[in-house]
Amino acid sequence: MKKLTRRRVLTGAATMLAAPAIAAGKYSPGASDTEIKIGQTMPYSGNASAYGQNGRAHAAYFKMINETGGINGRKINLISLDDGYSPPKTVELARQLVERDQVLFLYAPLGTQCNTAIQKYMNQKKVPQLFVSTGASKWGDPAHFPWTMGWQPDYRTEGEIYAKHIKQTIKNPKIAILRQNDDMGNDYVSGFRELISSFKDTIGADAIVADATYEVTDPTVDSQILQLKNSGANVFYNVTTPKFAAQAIKKSAEIGWKPVQYIVNVSASIGAAIKPGGFENAQGIITAQYIKDITDPSWATSPDFMEWKAWMEKYNSSANPMESANATGYASAFTVTQVLRQCGDDLTRENVMRQAANLHDLEVPMLLPGIRLNTSPTDFYPIKSVRLSHLEGEHWKLFGDLISRDAA
Amino acid sequence: MTANWANKRGVGAGALLAWAGLALLPLIGFITENTSFDYYMYMGQSMLIYAIAVLGLNLLIGFNGQISLGHSAFFALGAYTTAILMNFGGWPYWATLPVAAVVCFLAGLAFGFPALKLEGHYLALATFTLAIAMPQLLKYKAIAGWTGGVGGVLLDKPDPPEWTGLSADQFLYYLCLFCAMVLFWLVFNLLRGRSGRAIMAIRDHTMAASTMGIDIARYKTVAFGISAGITGIAGALSAITVAYVAPDSFTLQLSISFLVGLVVGGIASLPGCLIGGAFIVLVQNSAQSISDWMKGTFALRYDVPAWAIYGVLLLALMYVLPDGIAGGCARIRAWWTTRGRREAQ
Repeated sequence: MKKLTRRRVLTGAATMLAAPAIAAGKYSPGASDTEIKIGQTMPYSGNASAYGQNGRAHAAYFKMINETGGINGRKINLISLDDGYSPPKTVELARQLVERDQVLFLYAPLGTQCNTAIQKYMNQKKVPQLFVSTGASKWGDPAHFPWTMGWQPDYRTEGEIYAKHIKQTIKNPKIAILRQNDDMGNDYVSGFRELISSFKDTIGADAIVADATYEVTDPTVDSQILQLKNSGANVFYNVTTPKFAAQAIKKSAEIGWKPVQYIVNVSASIGAAIKPGGFENAQGIITAQYIKDITDPSWATSPDFMEWKAWMEKYNSSANPMESANATGYASAFTVTQVLRQCGDDLTRENVMRQAANLHDLEVPMLLPGIRLNTSPTDFYPIKSVRLSHLEGEHWKLFGDLISRDAA
Repeated sequence: MTANWANKRGVGAGALLAWAGLALLPLIGFITENTSFDYYMYMGQSMLIYAIAVLGLNLLIGFNGQISLGHSAFFALGAYTTAILMNFGGWPYWATLPVAAVVCFLAGLAFGFPALKLEGHYLALATFTLAIAMPQLLKYKAIAGWTGGVGGVLLDKPDPPEWTGLSADQFLYYLCLFCAMVLFWLVFNLLRGRSGRAIMAIRDHTMAASTMGIDIARYKTVAFGISAGITGIAGALSAITVAYVAPDSFTLQLSISFLVGLVVGGIASLPGCLIGGAFIVLVQNSAQSISDWMKGTFALRYDVPAWAIYGVLLLALMYVLPDGIAGGCARIRAWWTTRGRREAQ
């Protein structure tokens, strides 16, 4: 053994001080001492281009992170590509990102079909497909897809929460459903339907009296609303995207149909759905929330909202401040930076997944107070809780306790 | 627009060289260290698939003069035929290709009959509805058990036979290349013969063609059928290489990109189809790269929309080469070969 001299100790200490940036790093492709390269696919063009705001918010968040020193001294380099919401294009771009650009992982690619198209590939390649931007219930399946993880509360659970609330609060529910004919619509309705039919002893065997669909390419849903009204329903489960949600709210008020209305979280945007549908028509509508309503002045004094506001002004000023995607994207990007912080200097793909499945009571800015993220190697559903709220005046008013997936 | 090559006796040396070059490309994989080689092979597959689809469309628009905006529907039909046979029938991937071709041929034939009554813009509109309706039809509940509804169908990528020593992507590239070669050769022969002359005569002057005894209805519907069948094979190949089919993959946008590939490559030109296929894949990607590059280099505050760049590229190309890249090349060649004569004058 070598003798321990003062000089040796000093050099050793100096090396250790300098270490975080130089040595000790364990890296998969895409990570280095100075950079963490991550990839993403987003619909910046095409039918779903409105969702592209998520990607812009992510980029703006990482810009802030990079300007304030990065993560453990490393800058985040997000390569966000336009797939036009077309699955084959997503496959091509995912391969480009993984094989040519050599990213560490894919972060929050958007769209259920687009993510389905690459799920197998990502898992074969063992590259994380982290915090996908879709609420389908299939993303939390670590037994079969250990490299894929969701983020937001899944649609199925949300639907089940509405079903329970209907059972608890409405005596003789006659339910009419309006849904978009795609996987989002199916996911929202299938869990809801199953639960409603399991309640047949308390609310009757055929509580669902009407179930109408529309296509995302349809101009209006007026005829569907007439059909639902004629079914004599007193509960309206509104499974739509914002444009159609607004139409449904407006039309049902116009024809004097006043059911108890549940609107899915996807359309719970004040700016995109409620305001165009008319506040006077939307009073009392119920929804489940996990993100703070950014138009609600009562949050204005909460510290995370103030930070978010400052970020919006400095880094994301070209965005529409009413759009809730700015808050969702911010919270999601916060989560992924937390995972990267937890990774420390072990920036391997295995460790990214390990840390993503190792979140404990993480509080995320812009999520509702009380919501904490928890994951484990067998639990790939980061956000599991929502709170019900109803529209009062021009804002959502929360009521009741947090409802969690496990409890639902 | 008369196709000189169609009068040649056989396949030209240039064509042979081009195909041989394409066939040698995957072999680079054995000497390169580039980790993204398989990705380039995948892009090659996409280009060949688009080239086949453009070939189908070219036969219809370029050679027969019938306009179609609905070829994404035949592409989808081919893709779903393969997906369903592989998924539910347990068929091997190669056996589904001819079935996809036949199904799409029959569908094209069926659509070709009503199309007889429609000319020009009206036909474009009628086929347009086909493209619009297809994604919605694929989501239809009654057949969702087969098509997977909105969720689509996931497939297994075929493994290459072990004796080949190829990677999956190299192998699939050869599969696409083989199909492309066979189809190009078939179309080449079709156009060279009596039927080809009839098909083109209908385009050039329908009434004159009819006076000469050409059965317009038969040739038009059969051309529509063959065109749809070829595009269907492209769709089937795309299902195999992407290993996933979903309704949102087959929107009107796809039909438009075939059309763009056709016009850019060169209407009524067979080499143009290959160029068009490559263009569809390359230029959409490079538009995005140019946009990123501009943002980075000029430190722009806002994104430069990639599709605007795509539009500018397309406009510039149409202005410089109004008869497509293949047409432009032919013009340059003509200028080159007559150079001596001009100098002598």
